[in-house]
Amino acid sequence: MLYDSSPMAIAIFASFVLGVIGLSFWLGRKGQSAKGYYAAHGEIHWFVNGIAFAGDYLSAASFLGICGMIAFYGYDGFLYSIGFLAGWIVALFVIAEPIKALGKFTFADALDARFNSRGIKFAVAISTLIVSIFYLIPQMVGAGHLIVPLLGLPHAVGVILVGVAVTLIVVTAGMVSTTWVQFIKGSLLVFFCGVLTIMIMNRGLLVNAGQQGDEDLRPQVHTQTPDGRVLVNGKPQTKENDLRPVGTLHALPARYGDARETGPLRPLEYLSTLEDSKIVTWSAKKHTDEKGVHTTYTPTIREGKDLLKPGGYFKGLSSGSLTDRLNFASLMLALFCGTASLPHILIRYYTVKDAAAARKSTVVGIAAIGGFYVLTLYLGLGAMTSGYLDPTSTNMAAPLLAKSFNETLFAVISAIAFTTVLGTVSGLIMAGSGAVAHDLIENCFGVTMNDHEKVRAGKIAAVFLGVVAMVLGILFKNFNVSFLVGWAFHIAASANLPALVMLLFWPRTTKHGIIAAVTVGMVSSLGWILLSADTFEKVYGLPRGDSPIPFSQPGLVTIPLGFLVLILVSLLTPRQEPHQVRA
Amino acid sequence: MGKDHHPKDHVSSPSRTIGMRLFLIYVLLYLGFMGIVLFRPDVLSWRPLGGVNLAIAYGMGLIAAAFVLSLIYMVACRGISQDN
Repeated sequence: MLYDSSPMAIAIFASFVLGVIGLSFWLGRKGQSAKGYYAAHGEIHWFVNGIAFAGDYLSAASFLGICGMIAFYGYDGFLYSIGFLAGWIVALFVIAEPIKALGKFTFADALDARFNSRGIKFAVAISTLIVSIFYLIPQMVGAGHLIVPLLGLPHAVGVILVGVAVTLIVVTAGMVSTTWVQFIKGSLLVFFCGVLTIMIMNRGLLVNAGQQGDEDLRPQVHTQTPDGRVLVNGKPQTKENDLRPVGTLHALPARYGDARETGPLRPLEYLSTLEDSKIVTWSAKKHTDEKGVHTTYTPTIREGKDLLKPGGYFKGLSSGSLTDRLNFASLMLALFCGTASLPHILIRYYTVKDAAAARKSTVVGIAAIGGFYVLTLYLGLGAMTSGYLDPTSTNMAAPLLAKSFNETLFAVISAIAFTTVLGTVSGLIMAGSGAVAHDLIENCFGVTMNDHEKVRAGKIAAVFLGVVAMVLGILFKNFNVSFLVGWAFHIAASANLPALVMLLFWPRTTKHGIIAAVTVGMVSSLGWILLSADTFEKVYGLPRGDSPIPFSQPGLVTIPLGFLVLILVSLLTPRQEPHQVRA
Repeated sequence: MGKDHHPKDHVSSPSRTIGMRLFLIYVLLYLGFMGIVLFRPDVLSWRPLGGVNLAIAYGMGLIAAAFVLSLIYMVACRGISQDN
């Protein structure tokens, strides 16, 4: 769809972004030590750190991806919310305190605390980089999608804008500015999503909301011609001849008679009324011929009760397909195990002073993140029936829901979504730069650096990662961001969790076992993803059937494989005397 | 930090024992949800909570349970030394 930019939207957006960057420069005025750059001196208050956890974790996938998935497919998007939050239980009860006590700047510090092994540092640094890059891609894709309707600029400009802003944030003040950006972003995101949810309840449900004239259920066709032109329903795309916004309520429950709106609804009443309503959803089907690539959007009138149970996106849950069930089980396992294995989350434990603060900040994080995930259900369902959905983009559902209320709210929500990306990407680039400068250059390759040089190495690594993130964000433009984040969880859970858990709970664990588990978990999950049917279809443009992999989500196989490899290799290699904890 | 301690110390500390018990409770709840979704999806249409179906009620319940268990953990760990 084509979008108009509004001066007010641009002003609000610019003030948010400039405010965040200004804060970073202000925080970065003082000279920095390595401990300040990588771990904010370990002096962040536990409450601030807890909200910063939310700011770090509630990425574009959570806000844009989940809302979009619920808006287009119903309940299945909420499964991501459940899985994403469940992972925090592993983080709090299993990982938080030991990781705080064992580490210094990076995740590799903790895994290597017992052994002082270059092999562990190298394997974990590479795993950190790969997980961070896979997590970066969807954030950058989401940033690009936000810029299109907000500023009327191309997707690539949004990606470059976020890349430059984040690099500035990280380079100016490292973990201190990253923490405060994440704190501000986490607070704003939860607060404004709460406001938006109250507005959804207050508006209630409306038949054919946001549509001009009678309900239009004719299919729509979008064509990309070989010479680069875009056609809508066979004619050139213009503002007058554009795809119609979609996502409407077809009929209210019988108890409302001829009424076309419910008026304000309470939270449970909203869900139960929607369950008894009929809703129009739109599906896309693509085909290619000599005239170009045609995408046909077709409406279907569906029962609300079918949309509010699993099976809309994970089709096999309703059809009984074994492959789809395995995919689903594998994804939910990866989400559960992945959170506590994400390097950019783990490094936040080094910004507080002790294990008790780590524990308390995790509880605050769970409260903020859990509250937000409850709201995602309402935001997604509100978007589903708002009449403002763009059929070409699942990622734009939440901002367009705000637009269904007014332009100001749209500008604010879009700016917050953009800040969301800034907060998460800052954390990812911090984790990646720590892996390169602290783990690889200093600890693994043995380059001796003074404090100033350590900080400079981290900043150079941050700039490099920012450029990589921009390039990948442009290349992966057409993916749903939640789907992409799922990959990062699989790799993190497969490569990092077995080593971390076994180090804590099995004294027989050896350094060779850890190196093997991280390497095998990382290579197997990455290889599985690259050879999966989803990647064949969506990345390589090849038939799904050509994939040699039985199901697309690797975690169900590669997480247990990591544990198995660690146990076998540890049993086959000599046990070392514990090395003194260095930190 | 700065001490000669082994990761096992963290496993055997009182806070870890409490944490592992609460962790197991949540795992059972999560597995119960997964089991229903995978093997008895028809049950999820049942509407036990003010007209809201089990799929939503259980999902919301899992989110609430995470928060409640984390609060229990925080309260139970008060007074336990950070160095345990």
